Amino acid sequence: MIRLEKRPSPSRVWTAATPVLAVALTMVAGGVLFAMLGKDPVAAIRIIFWDPLFNEQFASYSRPQLLVKAGPLILIAIGLSLGFRAGIWNIGAEGQYIIGALSGAGVALALYPLEAWFVFPLMVIAGGLGGWAWAMIPAILKTRFRTNEILVSLLLVYVAEQILAAMALGLMRNPEGGGFPGSRNLQQYPAAANTELIANSGMHWGVVAAFVAVIAAYVLLNRHMLGFQIRLTGQSPRAARFAGVNPNGLVLFCLGASGALAGLAGLFEVSGPAGQVSIDFNQGYGFTAIIVAFLGRLNPVGILLAGLLMALTYIGGELAQFMLNLPAAAIQAFQGMLLFFLLGLDVLTNYRLRWGKREIA
Amino acid sequence: MTALLTVEGLTKAYPGVVANDHVSFEIAEGEVHALLGENGAGKSTLVKMIYGLVQPDSGRMTLRAAPYAPPEPSAARRAGVAMVFQHFSLFDALSVAENIALGMETPPPMRRLAGQIREVSETYGLPLNPDRLVGDLSAGERQRVEIIRCLLQDPRVLIMDEPTSVLTPQEVDILFATLRKLAAEGTAILYISHKLEEIRTLCDRATVLRLGRVVESCNPREKTAAELAEMMVGAKLATPSRAGSAPGAPVLEVSGLSLPSPNPFGTSLRDISFTVRAGEILGIGGVAGNGQDELLDAISGEAPVAPDTVRLHGQAIGALGPSLRRRIAVLAAPEERLGHAAAPDMSLTENAMLTAAIRQGLATRGFLKWPAARAFAEKVIDTFDVRTPGPGNAARSLSGGNLQKFVIGREVLQRPEVLVVNQPTWGVDASAAAAIRQSLLDLAEAGTAVVVISQDLDELMEISDRFAALNEGRLSAPRPAKGLSLEEIGLMMGGAHGMEVAHVAE
Repeated sequence: MIRLEKRPSPSRVWTAATPVLAVALTMVAGGVLFAMLGKDPVAAIRIIFWDPLFNEQFASYSRPQLLVKAGPLILIAIGLSLGFRAGIWNIGAEGQYIIGALSGAGVALALYPLEAWFVFPLMVIAGGLGGWAWAMIPAILKTRFRTNEILVSLLLVYVAEQILAAMALGLMRNPEGGGFPGSRNLQQYPAAANTELIANSGMHWGVVAAFVAVIAAYVLLNRHMLGFQIRLTGQSPRAARFAGVNPNGLVLFCLGASGALAGLAGLFEVSGPAGQVSIDFNQGYGFTAIIVAFLGRLNPVGILLAGLLMALTYIGGELAQFMLNLPAAAIQAFQGMLLFFLLGLDVLTNYRLRWGKREIA
Repeated sequence: MTALLTVEGLTKAYPGVVANDHVSFEIAEGEVHALLGENGAGKSTLVKMIYGLVQPDSGRMTLRAAPYAPPEPSAARRAGVAMVFQHFSLFDALSVAENIALGMETPPPMRRLAGQIREVSETYGLPLNPDRLVGDLSAGERQRVEIIRCLLQDPRVLIMDEPTSVLTPQEVDILFATLRKLAAEGTAILYISHKLEEIRTLCDRATVLRLGRVVESCNPREKTAAELAEMMVGAKLATPSRAGSAPGAPVLEVSGLSLPSPNPFGTSLRDISFTVRAGEILGIGGVAGNGQDELLDAISGEAPVAPDTVRLHGQAIGALGPSLRRRIAVLAAPEERLGHAAAPDMSLTENAMLTAAIRQGLATRGFLKWPAARAFAEKVIDTFDVRTPGPGNAARSLSGGNLQKFVIGREVLQRPEVLVVNQPTWGVDASAAAAIRQSLLDLAEAGTAVVVISQDLDELMEISDRFAALNEGRLSAPRPAKGLSLEEIGLMMGGAHGMEVAHVAE
């Protein structure tokens, strides 16, 4: 029988090797799934992982999409990972993303049609503040009344969605839009547009912000007292209190930071790729980012890679649906497998396998 | 006397360590047999094999001349082997009788069980009211629940694992009277302990284990405690010593300190007052769970209290948190090594950062200086002889004794004005314990006010200048440690808990 034995120290080799192994196992298991659906497994895997980047026909469209999709995922996941490391669970990034977008777009729409250099920076500040403020609701309720931040932040997503719908239909509706829901298109308002910085690269300010966030989070966690306190609190809350960490301060910081980053992601999306406030503006980035954060082991560099990988499976998955007529559910199952293998194999970093008789020690 | 239980050549290996290596001994009916050895000598593994919790790799056992190889504890219990564990498995929110019923395979109706409990408790002089909630019982009374649970099975062999670590001296006397009565009725008792004086009073024979092997079998009454200790350790032991200089001015003053417990079964501190002078060691004894953790939290700053109740050089510091107290050199080393004093999965370097960042200047404007933290961790490792490949290793990879040396050393090297330690040598081997005690003595010699909270009375008598005892969150008035008798200490610790119940039950 197989037995798990705790390692004295977490294995560095396996920390690095499990993601690679998990992707390989996902390809095998996914291939079996696709074969059972009557599709060529090799072709399906190639379409998902290879064609979006290197196929001459598709790459010109898909490659920029990679950054467009990965940018918000990484930006949100970096913020979430700070809290997750400390055992503070912000599940409502989707709501903070919406409120950030509404706040930023609100500034732009209020100033329209003013052409000034400060419009976009103001929107950025408003977007970050909006997300931060939305995250402060669960934070303050938790520090004051010991409410559960998981429930409060999650339920506030649905509140945010209602506000989004109300805005798209009411206050922010385009007065020249012939009564259709949705705001003015910010892409057509130069002072407020978050345009591509390099043509056909998908690189916009949101992607830049994501890279900056990766570096900042890396420095924070490895070189700064606050990051050390975050890691300490997550590993051993009692030791953290002994070390002098203020638990309430940490809750405010972690929820605030993740809210602000999610708000920024929303702002960059609404002023860039999406272009306008619409009823179905949010596409689940805030939830997918939770997966990205864990996929990346809550490590900034890992999240960068995980965000890119996740974006790739989305784009490749869409491509496979379109090319091979694979059902959307099969693609979702495939993505689920990736998460399953990653988290399942994670046990190997702290445990080693032993083959032998079971015993009670 | 005929052998009741014989053990022959029992061997058990775990990855990387042979816990028991051809261990043999035998116990006769009515014998009180001691298993002596340091932590890690293999005592626990051996009794786990006898109790069926662990299966030996090789070797055999016989019980009443019949082969005995229990595959699980319930088989051992059916064969007449019972065990009282060091750590109790009781539910606070249930009554004594309910707890005992939970451990039985076919419990009788509650009323009959309560009657049986009363009967056994009176026969063996273990006062216990079956209707009381376990959460309200002292540690000594909880142990009686476990013992009575065993006695109800009418065992032939009773295994006791470190039974006196949670008892006051008076309660120890009660326990010993019970055990002698049981032995007189023919029950064999296997008694695990590292307290040598107790073994010399109670036991007929002793088997000494060292690194998994039997090194000696003797009659403990014919040996001195020092001889027994040397058998256990395999080397001469240095007794901690100090030059002994007069204490200086008062440094830490605690007056009227009260701290309500945050949970219903925790202990509240009630009106605690004491003073510690520079260069003095105040020993605080008491049975576990009488407010030790809470007292340490109140002095370390983890549990802020009213400002005036804790003073350093006359300054009110009660409201300061742990970081601010470290800044003014009030340091602490909590009992729980993994998870409180140190983060298990973090490296020793990171654990050095945990408490030393402020006093050792390991951070500038919030940015951490890892090379400096590593150097400090290395200094602790070198100075305190911590056995580890290096400061990059995780705290949990160290043995208990080595991690404890690291935890104490980390605070001692920060030159505290006040140092509070809780259970500084709990679960630590004898040579490491001696080193830790010596370092506390040296620290006091250098002028630090030291508070040592411990359940090991021998330790406290060895190093303290003055002694006080915690009992249900209250602290007795400190008295000079020199010349205190065991009797007096026991009374300061609250005497025998729950004795009045015996009369109520009649």
